[in-house]
Amino acid sequence: MLNTFVVYVENKPGVLTRVASLFRRRAFNIDSLTVGRTEKPEVSRMTIVVDADRDEALRVEANLYKLVNVTYVENITGKSSISRDLAMIKVSATHGTRSDVLELANVFRARVVDVGPETLTLEITGPEAKIDTMLEVLRPYGILEMVRTGVVAMRRGGLKTDEAAVTAAPETGAGTAAADDNVSYSV
Amino acid sequence: MIKTGAQILWECLEQQGVTTVFGYPGGAILPAYDALKYSNIHHVLVRHEQGATHMADGYARASGRVGVAVATSGPGATNMVTGIATAMLDSSPIVCITGQVGSKLIGSDAFQETDITGVTLPITKHNYLVTHASEVARTISEAFYVASSGRPGPVLVDITKDAQQSTCEFDGKPVAPQLPGYRPDLSPTPTEYKQALELIHSAKRPVILAGHGIILSGAMDEVRQFAERNNIPVGLTLLGLGAFPASHPLNLGMMGMHGEAWLNTTIQEADLLIAFGMRFDDRVTGSLKTYAPNAKKIHIEIDRAEVNKNVKVDVALVGDLKAILRELLPKLKSQERREWLAYIDRLKGDVAVRDIQNLPDNGHLYAAHVINDIWRQTLGSDTVIVTDVGQHQMWEAQYFKHEHPRTLITSGGLGTMGFALPAAIGVKAARPEAEVWAVVGDGGFQMTMSEMATMVQENLKVNIAIINNGYLGMVRQWQEFFYDRNYEATPLLSPNFVKLADAYGIRAVAVTQRSEVVPTVEMTRKHKGPVLIDFQVEQEDSVYPMVAAGAALHEMIRRPNPLEETAADA
Ligand SMILES: Cc1cc2nc3c(=O)[nH]c(=O)nc-3n(C[C@H](O)[C@H](O)[C@H](O)COP(=O)(O)OP(=O)(O)OC[C@H]3O[C@@H](n4cnc5c(N)ncnc54)[C@H](O)[C@@H]3O)c2cc1C
Ligand SMILES: Cc1ncc(C[n+]2csc(CCOP(=O)(O)OP(=O)(O)O)c2C)c(N)n1
Ligand SMILES: [Mg+2]
Repeated sequence: MLNTFVVYVENKPGVLTRVASLFRRRAFNIDSLTVGRTEKPEVSRMTIVVDADRDEALRVEANLYKLVNVTYVENITGKSSISRDLAMIKVSATHGTRSDVLELANVFRARVVDVGPETLTLEITGPEAKIDTMLEVLRPYGILEMVRTGVVAMRRGGLKTDEAAVTAAPETGAGTAAADDNVSYSV
Repeated sequence: MIKTGAQILWECLEQQGVTTVFGYPGGAILPAYDALKYSNIHHVLVRHEQGATHMADGYARASGRVGVAVATSGPGATNMVTGIATAMLDSSPIVCITGQVGSKLIGSDAFQETDITGVTLPITKHNYLVTHASEVARTISEAFYVASSGRPGPVLVDITKDAQQSTCEFDGKPVAPQLPGYRPDLSPTPTEYKQALELIHSAKRPVILAGHGIILSGAMDEVRQFAERNNIPVGLTLLGLGAFPASHPLNLGMMGMHGEAWLNTTIQEADLLIAFGMRFDDRVTGSLKTYAPNAKKIHIEIDRAEVNKNVKVDVALVGDLKAILRELLPKLKSQERREWLAYIDRLKGDVAVRDIQNLPDNGHLYAAHVINDIWRQTLGSDTVIVTDVGQHQMWEAQYFKHEHPRTLITSGGLGTMGFALPAAIGVKAARPEAEVWAVVGDGGFQMTMSEMATMVQENLKVNIAIINNGYLGMVRQWQEFFYDRNYEATPLLSPNFVKLADAYGIRAVAVTQRSEVVPTVEMTRKHKGPVLIDFQVEQEDSVYPMVAAGAALHEMIRRPNPLEETAADA
């Protein structure tokens, strides 16, 4: 199952490598990772989507906390939150299909950002699922090129994300014992 | 005052209480070496940078203080990798300082440039690249704080040559760490304490699993009170040995792959495991599917990422063990547990494994005898044993009874051959008053034996007991058990160790008879300088009992022709 983590890190060189390296080192599966500035210049914010079961997700969180440059981690999966992905999609749009594509763009509230002789480039923002659906309906017309930013996410409501849970004791949870092939057969 | 980065470096190390560093110079670290003339810190010149890291590690494990190793860029830094990984897996606090090419040259594949912060990223607790003199003070303060707090571990500080050479204002005052994301001080909730106590009070067959975290936390007294008050038997991990006195009636010895059979059976039959600062390593659990199937589990552990990693637990108390036990002790009831303890006593009688100890002298020299004799001879004195990795390491764990913490120093998690001699040198540097023995295999000794010169140059008396079985013994044992005795690449030719030691100016003697062991140990202890003893032991002996990798903890391979078995062993 996909888990979305909001991670605050110190805005310092090499921090992205530390986070990425952790996922490789512990064999966690990243679905998407975005990083960008925040309202504080010394802090960067990551949204990391990870394919993990509940126990694995707890271990992802605990391991992220162990990174010295990580100041805050929250798994917002299942919590009231907004998440957005942005995509730019270059679709083949010939004489015969152009108006169909435009109509679909309208339905999904996508914007036309570039027009070529035989193409339209659309920009769409929304939850991942919405973009996935739009891609499905555009596919028959011919998607020539597509890029997505990956998800960014934020908690709903008045509190700032890192204030909302700062007092909550980190969960340790009840895990599942690792499978037996985790036995090391080395001497 | 205006100072160079190099001067600031040593001053800050002094502020941290550093008196000794282990290192090896080279171009990129030369400014730092040049500035040593302003410092009172003693520099130990090693023979290989791996040695420097193991010495720093041994120093740290023996004393509880941070050990420091220094090396140049490129090959000097990469030679440290094994030692850093060793310290990482065993939570040992060391700080490694490496020189780096000038900051303008970084990324240009300059001479002896290696991205050592990149290389060591997954094997350090944290690392730093310092490119300005003005960053040195804060970085050193943070490095020591991170290395020694929470779950300890290695920190590497890579300092460019220009950062060492250039100057900045330095007022000599300690700089506080600025680590907004680093919170080593977690503590459990009241509910979690309550749940733990309920489980303990209602348990009929509890066992304490005592680990290295007890020693790191300094919680020996609390653990003892805890066990005694509630009459809970205590099993130890390899790295926990010494955390609970071996002679204590509740002590059941070492658990796991080469642990005591009665203890492994006790764990399998327990209804409650209480883990104190141990991480359920696979050498400790055997097959996870069958591990302690009827037991509830309480895990007291400072690193949240260890909780539920290998073994699913019912209650986790995350925080410093000593603080947590102090919280629990006033509420811990006194319980008798006569039946359970009597049952375990019977197990001990049934399945005594320290068989070889009772073997009459049949003209063969067994490693177990050698180690047990060293234990008997040094009993009651302040002795630290540092072992290498292999069969001799396991025999040491089985036949040397450790009463006190920090008296066994060994590479457990990484199992790094070559650890013993340099780590023992570090131990001796940290604790000059202690009697220090390196117990090492003929294979592992040859990996770092060049450090004999360091020992002699430093005038340190480390006694070296080579358990010479002519094989990479532990691997040979696996070949015997699991690969049809195909002894591929395990028979080992060694130099004449006595002559070799002689070349270093070290007194040395070979021992082939059991009757010679005690007099030789006595001579070694009396001799002023270091002594090397080449114990030429039975070549194809194996370590018993053994849980094969992947087997259940109680399914142990036992010595095929049990010698006279008895539990009445010292
Ligand atoms: C050839 C070979 C054979 C081996 N066979 C065995 C065997 O038979 N039996 C055996 O036991 N081992 C064996 N080992 C060692 C094994 O691989 C592990 O190194 C060992 O079991 C780890 O012990 P540990 O969990 O106590 O220590 P560590 O690995 O050092 O773990 C310590 C734990 O304590 C925690 N901690 C640290 N500080 C604190 C604190 N202040 N408060 C609370 N918690 C804290 C840490 O976070 C960590 O989780 C063998 C090794 C080799 C090389
Ligand atoms: C650096 C390193 N290489 C390889 C191994 C794998 N290994 C584990 S034990 C062992 C044999 C050790 O032989 P020796 O030092 O003679 O000790 P013995 O087992 O004979 O007591 C080997 C090769 C290791 N642990 N470390
Ligand atoms: Mg050997």
